Amino acid sequence: MENLLNIFVRSIFIDNMIFAYFLGMCSYLAVSKKYKTATGLGAAVIFVLAITVPLNWLAYNYLLKEGALTWVSENLADVDLEVLKFIVFIAIVAAFVQLIEMIVEKFSPSLYNALGIFLPLIAVNCSILGAALFLPSREYNLAEATTFGVGSGVGWFLAVVSLAAIREKMAYSDVPKPLRGLGITFIVVGLMAFGFMSFAGFKLPF
Amino acid sequence: MSTEVIDKVEVKKETEALFSKKRKSLVSNPMDSDNPITIQVLGICSALAVTIALQGTLIMAFAVMFVVMMANVVISALRNTIPNRIRIIVQLVVVATLVATVDQTLRAFAYEQSKALSVFVGLIITNCIVMGRLEAFAMGNKPWDSLLDGFGNSLGYAWIIIAIAFVRELLGAGKLLGFQVLDKAWYTANGFFATPAAACIILGVIIWILRARSGYVED
Repeated sequence: MENLLNIFVRSIFIDNMIFAYFLGMCSYLAVSKKYKTATGLGAAVIFVLAITVPLNWLAYNYLLKEGALTWVSENLADVDLEVLKFIVFIAIVAAFVQLIEMIVEKFSPSLYNALGIFLPLIAVNCSILGAALFLPSREYNLAEATTFGVGSGVGWFLAVVSLAAIREKMAYSDVPKPLRGLGITFIVVGLMAFGFMSFAGFKLPF
Repeated sequence: MSTEVIDKVEVKKETEALFSKKRKSLVSNPMDSDNPITIQVLGICSALAVTIALQGTLIMAFAVMFVVMMANVVISALRNTIPNRIRIIVQLVVVATLVATVDQTLRAFAYEQSKALSVFVGLIITNCIVMGRLEAFAMGNKPWDSLLDGFGNSLGYAWIIIAIAFVRELLGAGKLLGFQVLDKAWYTANGFFATPAAACIILGVIIWILRARSGYVED
């Protein structure tokens, strides 16, 4: 349990998807103009990460890893399908996002209106695939992987919402003309990343 | 929105010279006025994460170039047979196959570098430049034009990340391509530039300089 809490806090603050790895930057910059859209996409990212990370964990541990296929037959103990991990991971993410879009559209039109337009964006959000690609090197178990997925999502949410809030405020400031928009946003993100770097020195008490 | 910025380029049919003026602009526009990073805002993740040293950045630039060009050609050749509803998955599968090829090649011939780039080679799959060019260009144009478009865009991407890596490696470690350039006797390596946060700020400044020159103002 303590271990899970540790992973959760770590993936939100210390290994923040945006500020430590810069994953999912394209949609991060594109949707952070307004607070409301940022909240929508942030929620969608948490949701998708919470489900695709465990799914990809299952795919990796029971299909791709060397010796993962022993549950089918003992003869397959030295089969290593790790080459296929990119295709399998991205296929799971893309298919799953498409599936969610259809289910949400059918059963909850109001949720679809809130999240719907963001879902297609998510299939190509690097933070989703990135989280899956971190799995092989980290050797989590299923519960840890799920916690890592949720935590990364929350970290991304936090980052996008705070940047959107700053950008809304910034509309009233007098930024030099060529720096307006993208330029100043990058500098703000850089400064925010500095803030988050200070978490790296923390030693978690548990 | 980054996706809105991509303009759909129509190329007219038949009897066009192999390197006509229009085709040259396919390569030259993304270098400057239509740059994938500074104008279209695509492919930022890797631009920030891999630029700590020049060598890895060069490998990344070549990997992206290979994937964008090949994916553009393949999708462009298949464009009339891909059903519209499932086109994203078809594109992703093509791109993922190419990326797996690149990853395996790097592991075989440049293992140290491939370890240093870690997940970022795999993340070329979701590099928005690749998907963006497939959606905006390759789905509606012939293979040769798509090849040129891919070449131009990956070159536009390459020069920006190489510029960032140049500053970061020079000031962050006093080295270029692993060779000590600034003498340790009088230059203390500035750890600030080795952090990814510095990449953000350098990119912001590069955008500032480019836009001050071109006079482009957002909003």
